Amino acid sequence: MISLTSPIETRAHGWPAGLKLAGLCVVTIVLFQMQSLWFHLAAFATTLTLYALPGQSFLRAGLRALKVLWPFVVLVGIYHLIIRSPVDGLVIILRMLTAVGLANLVTMTTRLSDMIAVVRWLATPLRALGLRTEYLETAIALVIRFTPVLLAKGTHLTEAWRARSARRPGWRIILPFTVLALDDADHISDALRARGGFDAMKES
Amino acid sequence: MEKNVTLIALFAALIAALGLIPKIDLFFGVPITAQSLGIMLCGTILGAKRGALAVLLFLLLVAIGLPLLAGGRGGLGVFASPTVGFLIGFPIAAFVTGLITEKWRTGPVWLSAGVAAVVGGIIVLYGFGIPGMAIMLDKTLVESTALVTAFIPGDVIKAALAGMLTAALVKVRPASVLSRAEA
Repeated sequence: MISLTSPIETRAHGWPAGLKLAGLCVVTIVLFQMQSLWFHLAAFATTLTLYALPGQSFLRAGLRALKVLWPFVVLVGIYHLIIRSPVDGLVIILRMLTAVGLANLVTMTTRLSDMIAVVRWLATPLRALGLRTEYLETAIALVIRFTPVLLAKGTHLTEAWRARSARRPGWRIILPFTVLALDDADHISDALRARGGFDAMKES
Repeated sequence: MEKNVTLIALFAALIAALGLIPKIDLFFGVPITAQSLGIMLCGTILGAKRGALAVLLFLLLVAIGLPLLAGGRGGLGVFASPTVGFLIGFPIAAFVTGLITEKWRTGPVWLSAGVAAVVGGIIVLYGFGIPGMAIMLDKTLVESTALVTAFIPGDVIKAALAGMLTAALVKVRPASVLSRAEA
């Protein structure tokens, strides 16, 4: 399972993840308070510059991630041309692109392990209340490990279907797919329990 | 406890896998992603609490940067995009779907699970998704509703499928359908 962190090392990779996340929160709130077109043009230009600093392939990866927003750009653009308020439309489009772009930038420059450390830190008050966060940490690891496993099993199911039918695989494969996930859950919980379960994790 | 954690984790992985396997024909040859079907199944199969936790775990992993949303999207950007309301609505949709499936036991399973999926996976989900879009795009509620109505027929089909799949699972593996297990 490959995370969306950019393989291109930037200076921001070394900054504390918590600081980047807090900064992103503040900047996003400011973006949504401001209405001036010039502010949003400047913010968007700054974001593009940040993407361009680590080099061309980083910029291209960033722009690719923003591409999914094109239907909204088109719809909002056409709508505001029809009601004749192009400036408002431009502000909305720029604000959306800047907000998503900056958030993606934090994801691209923060390693998964650093993000998990922030999650662990955020769960500190829960531990103080006596809740056991090993459950959460185990669950995160399980999803990361088993999403590709389930994905491979699902792909095998669709291939098995294709080998036997001229029609495309339909919703029918979702039932065996769900049963596979339920079986895996059974086996993993047995395996965890055989190794002492969550009680064995207390000491470590 | 181990069993609950692995079930929640595996269903979070199932939601991701349903959004990532090559698109499947759900109806009349229209390939659509099955991710929102995964949200509904979390509720109808795992029940309210475990279902909502599985969806929350899925969203947490998306937020920390894993490309688990349909089409391989993920990261913090999706929480700043116009569709953020739907993401916020996901766990609540699974919870409501699960709650209705758990409480309404008089009728056949396909009916109560199907209705639960319509109420949770469509009414509740759009109840969060539409205002979210209105705020992010600075539009009225009516305007943002118009933007998303095209997706409702597909979701009605997915809700019907969630009902049928849950009923089929009750038949083959009754012990696995925790929303209907005797407390």
